[in-house]
Amino acid sequence: MNIKVIGEGCDRCDTLFDNTIEAVAQLGLDAEIEKVTSLIEIVKLGVMTAPSLMVDGKLIVSGQVASVDKIIKLLKKIK
Amino acid sequence: MNIIQSAWLFFQNQILGMRWLNQLVGRLLTALGMDITSHLGASLQFFLYDTVKIFVLLSVLIFSISYIQSFFPPERTKRILSRFHGIGANTLAALLGTVTPFCSCSSIPLFIGFTGAGLPLGVTFSFLISSPLVDLGSLILLTGTFGSKIAIAYVLVGLVLAVLGGTLIERLHLDNEVEEFIRNAGRIDLDSPALSLGDRLEYAKDQLISTVKKVAPYIFIGVTIGAFIHNFIPQSTIETLLGREKWYSVPLATLTGIPMYADIFGTIPVAESLFAKGAGLGTILSFMMSVTALSLPSMIMLRKAVKPKLLTAFFIIVTVGIMLIGFLFNSFAFLF
Repeated sequence: MNIKVIGEGCDRCDTLFDNTIEAVAQLGLDAEIEKVTSLIEIVKLGVMTAPSLMVDGKLIVSGQVASVDKIIKLLKKIK
Repeated sequence: MNIIQSAWLFFQNQILGMRWLNQLVGRLLTALGMDITSHLGASLQFFLYDTVKIFVLLSVLIFSISYIQSFFPPERTKRILSRFHGIGANTLAALLGTVTPFCSCSSIPLFIGFTGAGLPLGVTFSFLISSPLVDLGSLILLTGTFGSKIAIAYVLVGLVLAVLGGTLIERLHLDNEVEEFIRNAGRIDLDSPALSLGDRLEYAKDQLISTVKKVAPYIFIGVTIGAFIHNFIPQSTIETLLGREKWYSVPLATLTGIPMYADIFGTIPVAESLFAKGAGLGTILSFMMSVTALSLPSMIMLRKAVKPKLLTAFFIIVTVGIMLIGFLFNSFAFLF
């Protein structure tokens, strides 16, 4: 599973990144978590709002800091 | 008819304008032994009243507008826009700009996404001009402060500026003035996550908290300046500098506003007290528009996406447009 936390260096992006790590740890998932901060990379992915969360190319959170519980719920749905 | 009119006035003055709050603050200060007719007392009253009013309105507004916004994530806006052409697309872009995020700092990543997706440059710029300038929140806050006529006029000319500015930029054929990495990004259509009612409410709450945190300092600064102007600067000074008969008042207000960076909520208290002290209506509209639409930080961000020539064209078109609006409103101020 590939998880991308997308956003160009804002506090809210860092919070979402931390929440994602926590959620993955709690679920015990074997996932690769990436932080995408370069504007060029973000544009290439087609994402337009920060912070966003992408799992295997699918946008699951858009322009929002999702809580740990929320991310766990979303990840469970995908599994 | 009379009943409707007085009901509207009550709504405008007491609900949106919260005049009762002003009286309450006044009584409270008097009870505490302050003289609210003195400079200091009156300033304090203005400060307390305006701060509370703006924060209350802001919170209600952001929550409800974010809820509406959750139906228009940028990925969807992009898809809607790509179905339209010509001036219709510009108009729609300007309108969609009113239901998207509040400050220019967040509209620039959107701009990049739109351009990367192959939307015409003019359409993207219509969106970019309208987004910080006009939103549903400013319409409501302006109604409470200046009355519905001025508020609607502000929103309409803001939209016209966005549509015409975007169309003009299209005509200049500056498409190769967008940075290569954006033009080469290719077109990706992402599906936005499906949201339930609970998700939308959560989104609105998240937006409310982060926006209030972000704009709070601007509001405090704006209200402080407003309170200062309200009670310490003589009316004659404002009339001489910014009165509507003075032709130079509009360029002066526009140019002063450009380097300033604040959102519309922080700008309104300053405009409010300038207006009360005899500044021209066109003059304060120019001031509000240039503070919100043009700012150094947004220019720096935009520079990452477009080359200097296009950036200059955007800057000149918006500046000239704002000044024209100012002159227009000063000449027709008797209508309001």
